[in-house]
Amino acid sequence: MIEAANPDSFIRIRGVSKHFGDFVAVDDINLDIQKGELFAILGGSGCGKSTLLRMLAGFEEPTSGTMEIDGVDVTRQAPYERPVNMMFQSYAIFPHMNVEKNIAYGLRKERVAANEVDERVSDVIRLVQLDDFRARKPDQLSGGQRQRVALARALIKQPKVLLLDEPLAALDKKLREHTQFELMNIQDELGITFIVVTHDQEEAMTLSTRIAVMDRGRFLQVGPPKEIYEYPKSRFVADFIGTINTFEGRVTSAGDETISVDCPDVGVEVRALCTEDVKVGQDVCVAVRPEKIFISREEPEEDEGVRVRGIVDDLGYLGNLSLYRIHLETGRMIQVSRQNRRRSHKRFVEWDDKVWLSWRPRSAMIIQGDD
Amino acid sequence: MHKGHTWERVITAIPYLWLFLFFLLPFAIILKISLADPVIAQPPFTPMFDEQGNLSVSFDSFIFLLTDKLYAITYFKSVMLAASATMLCLLLGFPMAYGIARSEPTTRSILLLLIVLPFWISFLLRVYAWMGLLNNYGVINNMLMWIGAIDQPIQFMYTDFAMLIGMTYSYLPFMVLPLYATLERMDLDLVDAAQDLGATRTGAFWDITWPLARPGVIAGCLLVFIPAMGEYVIPYLLGGGESLLIGRVLFDEFFVARDWPLASSVAIVLLLILVVPIMLLQRYQARDAENA
Repeated sequence: MIEAANPDSFIRIRGVSKHFGDFVAVDDINLDIQKGELFAILGGSGCGKSTLLRMLAGFEEPTSGTMEIDGVDVTRQAPYERPVNMMFQSYAIFPHMNVEKNIAYGLRKERVAANEVDERVSDVIRLVQLDDFRARKPDQLSGGQRQRVALARALIKQPKVLLLDEPLAALDKKLREHTQFELMNIQDELGITFIVVTHDQEEAMTLSTRIAVMDRGRFLQVGPPKEIYEYPKSRFVADFIGTINTFEGRVTSAGDETISVDCPDVGVEVRALCTEDVKVGQDVCVAVRPEKIFISREEPEEDEGVRVRGIVDDLGYLGNLSLYRIHLETGRMIQVSRQNRRRSHKRFVEWDDKVWLSWRPRSAMIIQGDD
Repeated sequence: MHKGHTWERVITAIPYLWLFLFFLLPFAIILKISLADPVIAQPPFTPMFDEQGNLSVSFDSFIFLLTDKLYAITYFKSVMLAASATMLCLLLGFPMAYGIARSEPTTRSILLLLIVLPFWISFLLRVYAWMGLLNNYGVINNMLMWIGAIDQPIQFMYTDFAMLIGMTYSYLPFMVLPLYATLERMDLDLVDAAQDLGATRTGAFWDITWPLARPGVIAGCLLVFIPAMGEYVIPYLLGGGESLLIGRVLFDEFFVARDWPLASSVAIVLLLILVVPIMLLQRYQARDAENA
């Protein structure tokens, strides 16, 4: 998929690796990003995502490979020569300068005329709604305000690419949601290509047009959020994004669109939609997201999907959703979530209730391979 | 609550009491002596109030101090030497502190230990060791003659150069440690951010690292300049008999000439010379903090 990407894409990363001694932080990454995209690199700590970002910014030099931005090879360019700006996770706001001077710094370094600096600073300050804080020192700002200063400072040079390192990690939940949409609006308005590095799947899902899931220096899967969530190519990706129930099994029959898998953990034969090439007798993994499993007290009507019985082991009320852990007769525990559509004092099911679980063939995904 | 309050007061009072007992009170005594006349008696100065209870104050010592050129020259020379040593310490100490602050944590603790290690040996011994190095037939001269760079020993000892080396060597740790403390605290992302926004490496240093290191620079300079100004041992051992620095003069007036009023006034003028620049610096810093 990566090899087949558009040859005249905006950012082209070809075979980029970074070694620190024996440790391979980034391992032969190929990536194409289009102009105006909001691209997220998602991975756990130490997966190499920050190193990749720092190489794009020019703080680290790749051990091998090339990076092009808008047709120019920037691999060996110094940070100050690149048409790229970065918003640091720590925000890295200069503590000895006030908000205005922080934001103007990039233009001053470019030797932009004073009146133009004033104008552009005012514009960008308006954009991030910091008008009342122009003269404040960084230590007089809240976390959210500091985040805006960092954003404004990175945007003012009108970079071709804006790199954001965990842009929302330091904000509290309410502010995150707000800022998330604000970031998307700003990106939409300015048309700058954003590359976000994050460990937070929710942040990646809501912000980005495409996500690359990274582990141990490699991209495991690159695609739109929906594809990553609904069609993960590996167990790691399926597990990393959201919650999932996975069952090992062996294929017993393979039709054109649906296959049957014998999963000892479930206790019944599982039918699943599968367009990929799967052979009878092959070992596969069947995976179902908790929200795709129906939970009911009565036996559901006969259909093509899976129906199993279980006992409620644990339940959690989250307000909008309830989470259930259901103990199957095989001994296997399954996670199920259910929206709380009805307003009620009574619980839908109680601990130790006997329930039925069911899901449609379309809801189950087949994952091949071990990683 | 109330009890906690009294305790707080007691604890904050301790440093004030300390300063009162060991700084303000001795200072008042010195000031009092400086306003007396020398006599050959015990103590060797006139009392502040005579037998009739009249106040007897004399500014003779200060007037003598201001009219005799020797003192002005000595003060000037001491300031110049202390300032040169401070500059040299800063030039050597900044890269050292920077290197230590940016090194790996394991090497960092070793390097810091090495900075502090000389303190395990007596200050006097270390200055003596420099005599052995700088002598006409000391290690440095012998080495230079052996490799054939010179055929006559160079006169290092008993020169200003020797004193400068001695002071720089002795006070370098006092420069490195506060500089290290400020540089180590600094967020490295700040330098990256400056470079990201268009600054070169040197540009980022002057825009970010240097201003943020300034409290450490000021602390280090004061820690070097103040003791270097009143230094007695180094001029005595490395500077020889002719090098008159203010520490020497002070000692001689007290113990050789036994002119306590004059010695006291020398000490007070020295204190003024030190206090005025410190106060200016502090005002500058306070204004800096407001403006930037």
